Amino acid sequence: MSTASARTPKLGVQAATKVYQTASGDLLALDRCSLDVQPNEIVSIVGPSGCGKTTLLWSMSGLHHLTAGSILLDGKAITGPRPEIGIVFQEANLLPWRNLDANINFPFEIKGEKPDRAWIAHLLNRVGLDGFGGKFPRELSGGMQQRAAIVRALALKPSVLLMDEPFGALDSFTREEMNRLVEEIWLDTKTTIVFITHSIEEAIFLSDRVVVLTTRPGRVAKIYDVPFARPRSLEIMATKEVFDLTNRIRMDIVGERRPQAQQEQKTAEIVRIRP
Amino acid sequence: MSGDDAIPEFSKARAGDGQEVSLTNLSAFAGGPGIKSGAEVAAILAVAVVIVGGIELALRIFHVPQYIMPPPSSIAYALFDEFPLIAPHLGYTLVELVSGFAIGAIVGLVMAAVITQFPFAEKIVAPYILILVTTPMLALVPLLILRFGFGYTPRIIAVALAAGPMVMINAATGFRRVDSAKIALARSYGASTLQIFWKIRAPMALPMILVGLMIGAIFGLLTAVGAEMVGGGFGLGNRLTSYSSMIQMPQFFAVVLILSTLGILIYVLFFLIGKKWASWET
Repeated sequence: MSTASARTPKLGVQAATKVYQTASGDLLALDRCSLDVQPNEIVSIVGPSGCGKTTLLWSMSGLHHLTAGSILLDGKAITGPRPEIGIVFQEANLLPWRNLDANINFPFEIKGEKPDRAWIAHLLNRVGLDGFGGKFPRELSGGMQQRAAIVRALALKPSVLLMDEPFGALDSFTREEMNRLVEEIWLDTKTTIVFITHSIEEAIFLSDRVVVLTTRPGRVAKIYDVPFARPRSLEIMATKEVFDLTNRIRMDIVGERRPQAQQEQKTAEIVRIRP
Repeated sequence: MSGDDAIPEFSKARAGDGQEVSLTNLSAFAGGPGIKSGAEVAAILAVAVVIVGGIELALRIFHVPQYIMPPPSSIAYALFDEFPLIAPHLGYTLVELVSGFAIGAIVGLVMAAVITQFPFAEKIVAPYILILVTTPMLALVPLLILRFGFGYTPRIIAVALAAGPMVMINAATGFRRVDSAKIALARSYGASTLQIFWKIRAPMALPMILVGLMIGAIFGLLTAVGAEMVGGGFGLGNRLTSYSSMIQMPQFFAVVLILSTLGILIYVLFFLIGKKWASWET
């Protein structure tokens, strides 16, 4: 890494604004949202549903164009999809007519490059999918599909990995396992990760920083540092610090959504989630 | 196409996103009961023997005349006896079917692929496609014969006209199944429109394309035989009219048997292709 990259954020989101034209008029999804993601950092973005998390991630990926503002990758504006950015989508988004190997080769096919066999084998081994190359997505569990999707996203050795609620469809045990896997991969590759999730626990477990967005239009409400050492164990999730942090973030989100009225329900929700 | 400015939203299953299972997709290709043992084979054969034998017996007991319904045994005999005479006609019919179907299928596929890229154009041509699908192309055969004579030409045109729209309408349904997440995946690697077509849209459409090809081929067979019955001195349809006019019912039914076999073969062919290439659907 050059000295410049130590100062330049990996991803610089500068007053990102996105308006969708819908049948019922313009919809302001992101409003002057600003955020820096440092190199080798894991940042989670949480917020009430419909707050523009996914819009922000898609704009970072170059798949969506901002209405105003800009997003910089290593100091250069993102105007379209970039090979340095890998994406893990909601649900695994594997191509069902291809077996695992062919799914993982897909990025190379599009780029017209020869697949990096050694690297792919390393990744498959890392996520525990050795010997599954001939299987079709329908033959794999949801967790295995998402592992394969992670391998696919990392196949081109991106320097940034964008993850859009990747584990939302998985059961909670598989989800914890996947979270540990993401950390392991991060320890291995030190890829900068931007992670979108509904789960505050997941965000805290994984991230160096948790970014809370406001209700639509999305803007950065708060940023929390998560100071635990890595590798993290699930035990930290039972500590008072995590408990307090979870509640503060939840209050940010819930309070954001329902100003004062349903205070009791707020408490009820917290009790239900942390018995 | 205009996926860029759509609000990203993936979790909901929508019609046409490849999740739904309907009569028209190839769910039939994925399984069925499947024969498990020799005993099952024996049972199936036994039932067939009982049915065919029962018909034979009933026809003989009640002295049903041959011109009303010949017994299975004489149909079988006629099939073997007349086959050398019928075989060339089978060949003519196959020529019409294969060439007409090939033309219709290619035109139908290309049109489906092009039209689905332009939703507005699709709206304009939709009524005409519907007319082509619903009009029995046999109705045009007398006209085609007037114009092109009694050779292959009017028949091949009729087959193409019957098969093409069937292929097109099903293939168009397939191409319309846009999965924005999969297209976004391809775009995230910088895929071109052509790459998105060949690597995402075409494979996603394949199960529906196969359904269209199968229906088109069967409609093509019907139309070929019908056209042969209208006029011209060759083809299996011509054999049907000729045998029935001479009250040669065993031979007539032998031709019917050949035609049903042809239909079954078409089905089995596409079934196997579907099983090999489109079984990911279910």
